[in-house]
Amino acid sequence: MERHFDQEFSKLKDKILEMGNHVQAAVDLAIRGLTERNTDHFAQVHEIEKNINLAHLDVDKFCIRLFARQSPLGADLRLVFSVVKINADLERMGDQAVNIAYNGKDYLTRPPIKELVDLPKMGEEVKTMVRDALAAFFTLDVEQAKKVLMNDDVVDELKNKIFNELSSMMKANPAVVDGALDLILIARNLERLGDHATNIAEAAIFDANGEDVRHGKDKT
Amino acid sequence: MLDTNLPVKIRVKNLSFYYGAFEALKSINLSILDRKVTAFIGPSGCGKSTLLRTFNRMNELYPKQKTTGEILMNNENILDARQDVNRLRARVGMVFQKPTPFPMSIHDNIAFGVKLYENLSRIEMNERIEWALQKAALWKEVKDKLKHSGTSLSGGQQQRLCIARAIAVKPEVLLLDEPTSALDPISTAQIEELMHELRKDYTIVIVTHNMQQAGRVSDYTTFMYLGEVIEFNKTHKIFTNPDQKLTEQYITGHFG
Repeated sequence: MERHFDQEFSKLKDKILEMGNHVQAAVDLAIRGLTERNTDHFAQVHEIEKNINLAHLDVDKFCIRLFARQSPLGADLRLVFSVVKINADLERMGDQAVNIAYNGKDYLTRPPIKELVDLPKMGEEVKTMVRDALAAFFTLDVEQAKKVLMNDDVVDELKNKIFNELSSMMKANPAVVDGALDLILIARNLERLGDHATNIAEAAIFDANGEDVRHGKDKT
Repeated sequence: MLDTNLPVKIRVKNLSFYYGAFEALKSINLSILDRKVTAFIGPSGCGKSTLLRTFNRMNELYPKQKTTGEILMNNENILDARQDVNRLRARVGMVFQKPTPFPMSIHDNIAFGVKLYENLSRIEMNERIEWALQKAALWKEVKDKLKHSGTSLSGGQQQRLCIARAIAVKPEVLLLDEPTSALDPISTAQIEELMHELRKDYTIVIVTHNMQQAGRVSDYTTFMYLGEVIEFNKTHKIFTNPDQKLTEQYITGHFG
């Protein structure tokens, strides 16, 4: 017999999956807006973020109700606790996508300062991290979650590469400073998106086996 | 991890208990830590109340029963035939599911047990009664009606009277067998608060079907199933990430 808790949780699962899809779409549109120089994509990011915010409130409400009415324990307790944390991360990711849209819109007001290669790579990495972290969470796959933690290093390396390149460009040609700053902020937001995906992967591990791997306790 | 350095009050070694041919407890090994609250949880019939009752040999009141193994309290085997059972039951007090006040005054309810073991003057007895009622957080409510019948009190007050009665003989251990299952939420909260106070002076073992209650009041939890101890650990560990699959299944309601 399926437990009432599991029935309730399946609704929550759908909401989280929906938020995850929204976040991936928002990041995709924000980066495409930049590479395709299309501000319509940025407008869509704002619309998607509104949906993420609504889902964020719904999930919190749902979790409070589950805590109050079901008094979850053991794996159920870890599950609902992890959802609360993942929900907060996904909401922040929506904000970060909006920040990218703002910086992107600003960047498009001027001629491009360079061909964008690494930023789209970062965007792809981040989308993969979100997708894999959520998949790991729903399938209790600790190994997949640990791979997400490793992928964060790739995102960080790309950010450092972008920072170094743009720093050199600004020193050589002050005329590119405004555009370079926009791209640096975008890279910074993508890096933060990676950090939030990492948080989701850490929550997935805690949910699966109760192990707390935050703050670099165990990334192997 | 368990704090293995903490002093042990009761050490159960290879304890088995039989109702006739039925083995209700199967070679139990367990340590009850001193001045901590230990909760016994598990489905009905798992043996938790039976185990509790072995700690003051109340289980011996059943016909055709047999106990093997050892229960060491302060390193003395309480199952030893030479053990003074009446004295043991004063050292290991018990409170039951339903309040069981004697049909006599509040004063006499408490004095009754004390008189069995001590010869106190009237003043000393009155002091002991006030002390026990204070400890049981009942004094303020009954100090002006000590001559009233114990049965005139509310259910929650009656249960606290029973706790006062158990404490009055200065036990070392308090056994609580589902002490709040017949009480309303307010009385339950009062008993739980009382347990937080009493843990400073007594070793407490509580049997409860209410896992939230076990989570609220106990330091350690023992999960039992079919007469065996499946897992014993700190309560927060048991209720967040137990080591045993069976424990996990029980606390998340996956049983059956």
